Amino acid sequence: MLLNQFLFLAAILFCTGVYGVLARRNGVMVLMSVELMLNAVNINLVAFGAYRHDITGQVFALFVIAIAAAEVGVGLALVLMLYRNRRSIDVDDVDLMKG
Amino acid sequence: MLAQLSSTTWEAPPVDYHALAPGIVLVGVIVVMILVDLFAPRGAKGALSSLAGIGLLGAAIPVITLAIDGTPRVLFGGAYVVDQFTLVLTGLFLLTGYIVVLMSTNVIAEGDYWEGEYYILVLSSVLGMMVMASTRDLIGIFVALELLSIPAYMLATWRKRDLKGNEAGLKYYLMGVFASAIMLYGMSLIYGFTGTTVLTEIGAKVGGDLGDSKAMVTLAIVFVLVGFGFKVSAVPFHTWAPDTYEGAPTPITAFLSTASKAAGFVALLELIFVGFYGRHDVFEPLMWALAAATMTVGNLIALRQTNVVRMLAYSGIAQAGYILAPFAVAGSSASVGVGALKAIVTYLVIYVIMNLGAFAVVIAVARKTRSAEITSFGGLFQYAPGLAVCMGIFLASLAGIPPMGGWFAKFVIFGSLVAPGTIQGYALAVLVGVNSVIAAFYYLRVVREMFMEDAPDGDLAPIRVPASISIALVLTVTITLIYGVLPGVVAHFTDSVNLVTLGR
Repeated sequence: MLLNQFLFLAAILFCTGVYGVLARRNGVMVLMSVELMLNAVNINLVAFGAYRHDITGQVFALFVIAIAAAEVGVGLALVLMLYRNRRSIDVDDVDLMKG
Repeated sequence: MLAQLSSTTWEAPPVDYHALAPGIVLVGVIVVMILVDLFAPRGAKGALSSLAGIGLLGAAIPVITLAIDGTPRVLFGGAYVVDQFTLVLTGLFLLTGYIVVLMSTNVIAEGDYWEGEYYILVLSSVLGMMVMASTRDLIGIFVALELLSIPAYMLATWRKRDLKGNEAGLKYYLMGVFASAIMLYGMSLIYGFTGTTVLTEIGAKVGGDLGDSKAMVTLAIVFVLVGFGFKVSAVPFHTWAPDTYEGAPTPITAFLSTASKAAGFVALLELIFVGFYGRHDVFEPLMWALAAATMTVGNLIALRQTNVVRMLAYSGIAQAGYILAPFAVAGSSASVGVGALKAIVTYLVIYVIMNLGAFAVVIAVARKTRSAEITSFGGLFQYAPGLAVCMGIFLASLAGIPPMGGWFAKFVIFGSLVAPGTIQGYALAVLVGVNSVIAAFYYLRVVREMFMEDAPDGDLAPIRVPASISIALVLTVTITLIYGVLPGVVAHFTDSVNLVTLGR
């Protein structure tokens, strides 16, 4: 089996996700970029699991999928709350306090 | 793969229910609380805080019976371990949860917040921390991290209509998920190159000959450790902490800056001492740089703060730097490693207790002054001498002045840093010393304000301290003083701590 292609795909996805988190200002887009990063992890886990004929990778990927759903649920609630209070979901506008 | 699955017969693993009892009790209490919250009339929700407190104390009973029994228990092929390390930290997390519930009772009941959900989420987060203390597996660490973080994101945003509260939650959430994604990527690579998620098996493999994949494993270790750097608010990953602490309700700030940070350190302890111990060439320099940057930057920015909560946030960042320091020398030899482990656990226990106490005083004072500015503490000794003395004890302890607990904690950190006798260790010990002096300035500034200045508005009406906050203060003051005056008596709690597989 060719493992490298999967690892390259995952690495590209991961980097796209990191770029999105750092560069996008729209709250929903930032959440989607985090999802890209988590999906890169899933591709890695499933590819390694299949390559090694080991079930642990698939199990780990299932945990990641389930928990990512819970995480994004909270994230969307936060973005919705932000929209209700400020009429904007631009994460760069959230700067009442500075570090 | 599927064919392989269907051909194996399912065999239930043997489960040691005594070892799992603290978690099971806590889950039971959470379920009962959800039901009570559903059916209780609106006026009776106050009972939920008592229920949460009793539940946390109830979960401590099996911890005590397990400690009396004393044998380490290994479950699920080494993925879940209950030993002295687990029990000390589980006890610490339950105590922290209890004190946070005590501190929250009046704040949440008076603030028209959502009482039922609040305590359920606090208990869920404590459950995640307990799992973190027991698990020795990458999947377990990830699940525990999310179980403790996701309720914490919601708790930080508890004041829904408050823009600062929104900002606190959003920044914490975005940094948190970004960090956990980076950590997961590292974990997926570690799984890929070692073929296992159990830390003891990883420990046996990463130190050995990995051939071409050594560079990838190095990268993976850095990713995982950096992911937890966010959790413990190490510089340069600390930017969320002060804003989140300022915007969150103060009891939650106390919870995040003590229990949540301690859970991050517990994960680092497990990962470094069990999983990555063979690669001290990677984690030692990384931890050295993080520790040095964290304590210095945290202290320098804390000097400039005018708000007590923000000052405690930056002081907490600096304290995290002291706790990170022993990691930087942990790899020299097995005996030095054990010393570093004990120093970190001791410091964690004392740090959590003294910081919680300081926040309890801030909450009590804010009930009267409605402010967290340092100047609002002016003349506190004249109208609330008890609170002023308590705050003095906690600040002196944080500064490391004998005979408070913080002094003993600093002492063991110094001991572990000079133990290997390397130049890196000595350099870091000097940095810790210099930083302790800088830190004393801003802690003592608050003390001066309380004892020397007059009340800003001349209002000398005494503060009525609610019973629950008094209990929290008595608990924290007692433990802080006992650790400082009689360290020998309590040190045996942390003396027996060891992570079984330490050593190469």
